[in-house]
This record gives sequence, C-alpha cells and structure tokens, in this order.
Amino acid sequence: MREVVPVIEVEGLSKVFSGKTVVNQLSLRVEKGEIYGFLGPNGSGKTTFMRMLCGLLQPDAGSGTCLGHDLLSEVEQIRSRIGYMAQHFSLYDDLSVRENLDFMARIYAVPKRRQVLAETIERMGLGPFVGQLAGTLSGGWKQRLALAACLLHEPELLLLDEPTAGVDPMARRDFWEQIYSLTAQGISALISTHYMDEAERCNRVAYLAYGNLLTSGTAEEVISAAGLSVWSATGLGIQELASHLKGLPGIELTIPFGNNLHVCGTDPEQLEQSLRPFFAASRYRWEKQESGLEEVFISLMSRRLENDDG
Amino acid sequence: MVSKEFLQMRRDRITFAMMLGIPVLQMILFGFAINSDPRHLPTAILSADNSVFSRRIVAAMQNSNYFQVVKTVSRESEAKRLIDTGEVQFVLSIPEQFSRRLVRGEQPTLLLTADATDPAATSNALTAFRIFAEAALASEFRGPLSYLQGTVAPLQVTVHPRFNPEANTRYNIVPGLMGVVLTMTLVIITALAITRERERGTMENLLSTPVRPLEMMVGKIIPYIIVGYLQMGFVLLAAHYLFQVPLSGNLLLLLVVSLLFIAANLGVGLTFSTLARNQLQAMQMAFFFFLPSILLSGFMFPFRGMPRWAQYIGEVLPLTHYLRIVRGILLKGNGLTEILPNLWPIALFLLFALSIGLKRFRKTLD
Repeated sequence: MREVVPVIEVEGLSKVFSGKTVVNQLSLRVEKGEIYGFLGPNGSGKTTFMRMLCGLLQPDAGSGTCLGHDLLSEVEQIRSRIGYMAQHFSLYDDLSVRENLDFMARIYAVPKRRQVLAETIERMGLGPFVGQLAGTLSGGWKQRLALAACLLHEPELLLLDEPTAGVDPMARRDFWEQIYSLTAQGISALISTHYMDEAERCNRVAYLAYGNLLTSGTAEEVISAAGLSVWSATGLGIQELASHLKGLPGIELTIPFGNNLHVCGTDPEQLEQSLRPFFAASRYRWEKQESGLEEVFISLMSRRLENDDG
Repeated sequence: MVSKEFLQMRRDRITFAMMLGIPVLQMILFGFAINSDPRHLPTAILSADNSVFSRRIVAAMQNSNYFQVVKTVSRESEAKRLIDTGEVQFVLSIPEQFSRRLVRGEQPTLLLTADATDPAATSNALTAFRIFAEAALASEFRGPLSYLQGTVAPLQVTVHPRFNPEANTRYNIVPGLMGVVLTMTLVIITALAITRERERGTMENLLSTPVRPLEMMVGKIIPYIIVGYLQMGFVLLAAHYLFQVPLSGNLLLLLVVSLLFIAANLGVGLTFSTLARNQLQAMQMAFFFFLPSILLSGFMFPFRGMPRWAQYIGEVLPLTHYLRIVRGILLKGNGLTEILPNLWPIALFLLFALSIGLKRFRKTLD
C-alpha cells in the first residue's frame, strides 16, 4: 500500500512582518480526514499561518506541502483544491446569495455549474434566501453562505479562519454538523477558533502563542503532556480565596469559573500541601478534577510569559 | 474631538499629503503654468518672394514673441501637412512678387493661415499680427519709398482660420470634453473598484482562488471599457445634435484609437488602486492625476501658452495627446498618418501604467 500523504506537512515555517516574527519555525502535520483545531490568543499567527497555506502570503523561511503540492512553487495547484474561508465575511454584500455562489463557481470553473449550485443551495439549506442580498443576511447565515461558497469546487481541504466567531450557539452546532459530515467524506479541515468546546470537537489541536507552537496532539495527549493537577473549590468568596492562594508554592494558576475556582499546578504533591490548610475551611467544597483544555492552554500561556520575562 | 481628528489625519499619511499637495499643485498650475495669452506659437513661412520686405516681416514676427518661426517651407502641400498634424499653429504665405506690388502701392495680400481649433490660442496673435506687420514695413518706407508712408494700408492681411472659421470655442471644448469625461470617470471608477474589494475584505477571498492577477485586472477593466464607449457615444451625440459641432473625420478611426486612451486611463486607475489603502485615498489620487490632466493638456488653456516645463509634463499625460487626436479627427478630418505622432505616447503611457499596476498588484497580500 502507498504511504498516505499528509494533507498538510510543514517544517520550520516562519513569517516576519517588518521585523516582527509572527509565525516562528512552525512545524505541523495534518492527516487526511482530520479536523485540526487551531487555538491561541489573538495575534498569535493563526491567520498568518493559514494565509501562507493558501498562498496569500509567502513564507520567509521553512518549507512544506499542502495536499502534496509544494507551498512555495505550486500555489496555483493548491488554490484550486482548497477552500479558504477568511475571518471576515468576504463575499459581496451587494450580490444576492445565488449571485455570490454563481460567481465563485465561475471563478473555480466548476463543471456542471447549475447542478452544483442547486445541490449546494439545497444541502446548506440556503433555499429561502437565494434572492436575498448577502449583506442583509444574519451572521449565522452569512457564515453558512461563506462555507457554501468554499465548498462549490469540492475542495479536499478546508481552511476555516475563526468560522464561528460571533455566531449564535445553534448556528455553531449546525456548522459543526456540516463539518463532521464533510470530514466523513474524506475532506480535511483546519479550523481556528477561540471556543474551547470547539477545540474539544477536533480530532487534534495545536496551540499557538505569539507565533510559537506550544503544544499539539489529540486533546488527551495535550492534557496528559501538560501534566496538570486541578482542584476545584466551590463556594462563595472564591475571589478572596484566589488572592490568598496566589504565590503559594506549587500553585501555578487560579482560574475562576463562576462560583468555581480551579487551582492548577504541575506538582500534585506540592499543590495539595499548599491547599491543605484551606481544605478545612467549610466555606468551600473541594474536589479533585481532570484538567481540561482550557486550563492547559492558560497554564501554557502563563508559563510562556514567565519564561519571556525571565 | 478636534485632537482625535488630527490624530487620525496624521495616521493616514497619504490623505494628509494629498490635502497639502493638492493646493500646492493647484497653486503651481494656476499660478505659473497657465497663460491664456500664449506666445511663441510655432509658425512656418511659405515664402514665394525673397525680399527685404518679406524678411522684414518675418523678423518682426520673431520679435513680437507671439510667433516663433520654426520652419521655412517651399511647397503648399508641405505647409498644409504642418497645420494638419498640429506641428505649427500658423503658416504665413507671402505671395509671389509681394515686394514689387508693395512698391507699386497695389496693396498685396499676406495670407496668414491659422490652426484655429482652439480660438483662445490664436486670437491674440492674429490681432497682433496685423498691427506689427504694418509697423515693420513702415520703417522700410524711407527715402525713395517714403511715398508709401501714410497711405492707407500698404498691404492687406488675410487671415484664414482653418477648421473653426467662426472661432467658436464650443467646437474646441466639446470634442475635448470627451477626453476629459473619460479621464475623470474611468480613473476614479477603476481606482475605487479594486480598493473597494480590498476594503471590504473580498480581495482576500479572490486572492485565495486560482484566478491570476492578469485575469483579475482584465476582468476589472472590460466592463469599464464598455462604460467608456457609452460615454463617448453620449458625448458625440450631444456634440452633434446639441452643439452642432461638425464631425468631419472618420468616426470609426476615432472609436478604435479611443480604445487605447480608455485603456491608458484604466491602467492609471488600477495602479492607483494598488497604491491606495482605502477608497478615500484612491479618490484623492485620481484627483491628483485629474487636475494636471485637465489643466495642462490644453483642454482649458492653450497648450502652447504654457511654459516649457509645463508642456513637458503635459506631453506625458495621455489626455494631451488624446485631445489632439480627437480635435484632429473631428475638426480637421485627420487620418491615421496625421494622428500617429500622438498615438504612440498614449501607447507608451499605457504600457508603463499597466506594468506598474501589475507589478504592484502582486497576488499575495504582503
């Protein structure tokens, strides 16, 4: 059997904007049929990385392939096989839904255009809106239209840059259902997001901060690699508790979740030792917890910042 | 609020530069370049009489500042060609036996043929000519010839204003307007069309598709070429039916060569759109181009009235050459050979504008 070619494979990819390194030596591998989540704070280089993948930006260093084509020399071939959905709605507000889709289909020279158009409209449930101007659609429907537009030419890889930003939970769920059904057909997707629940829906995730890849792998791998112990305290006055805990040995992070305070550290014994005096206080109910992606990412970020300071 | 406006103004360097640049440009153009009383108009002499008197008249023309004798021709056909191509503004024809008839007091006629497509350029010079021609000769009427002094007009001057005998400015303005309208709308529209794509973020989407830059540019240009032709048709119809401008030349030729001019303007617009970051900047750049185009091209003020440097700038602008072509075809009935000298500068300009545009219009966003 032939070795399976990864959908994306990049090595040491870098991009510098006027002296500032936006993407630093990024190496990444995305397999066929995978949903790959891309996380990280704003300005961490997610968008830049995606733009490099679809040839909008030229990498300053590094190499890689996308769908088996070289990133530097075979941009044209890559472009016709990927679907890129930019962060901001980037279709024409003053064209109707159908006109927008028709335009994109022509741009990609989609064969049997009418048929494909009708099928896409049907599948994405855009039927009731075909005559409406895209600018008048609501956020969720705009996003659906944008997704429909980048599916017309049956791409093998979707690059979706924060597709669900500013979209209501219902529409988000629908959107993910679409993504699942697409990946079931063998399409791969690289999705950047700020939502943790979406990160957990991905097959694998990568966490980027200030251009550096901090961690990557399946959610379980990322969590176990971080080796974080988490205690949660429930009760009133957790802000006060947080201020008491700050700076104690073994306590790396305290993250409030409503009436909950998550206390994290990498050394479980030291963490427990520092917390023991507080266990006695009846105000709080203590519970040991599995760490989630969110705690891991926050801790990675704060460790990163400490390293930069030191 | 005020300080916020100033802060934003400072951030937008191009707009700021334009705000200062446009008044300066206007000042320079209006103050230095524009002169509605043109001097040193190129003149050819077709002399069939080589005498003291004719030399005297030619010398007086030179001295008057209004005329600059650039050529002496010996055949009528040559003189006609010079006027048709616009190489000279005037041809002074001195008839045979001019001096003999002058001496005999037969009031010989000097024929001054003018290219009067632009009456503003020629009227002052024509008035001046009658006066100083006589004055020049008066100083020769000495000694044995003193009997000619004081006679009513020793010679006659016939002025033959060609192409626009009634000195109707409208004939000059209306065909010129076609070029101006094309420049104004096409540069602005194309400059905005691409900047708008960028501003709205739709450019990012387009760039991620397999469309090539050339395809995109051509795709952007073609609709506006059609718009350009519609405008032309409109102006031509209005010129003919509303203003009764004679359309004496080959309209088909005009339509064909206009394509080059339209494309040149679109090329400028595209180049601006790759430079401008937002629609306001694109608009200002278009205006920055439009201003010298309209003032230095010979549309509003006679081209030959401007100082040397302004003429050089004017020679670069496609509108200058297009105006000559349009006036040449419509008013003078020029054919391809006569307009050729004005055709290649436009082609050169187009090539230049498009190559800058394409170079700047790289497919990547950085």
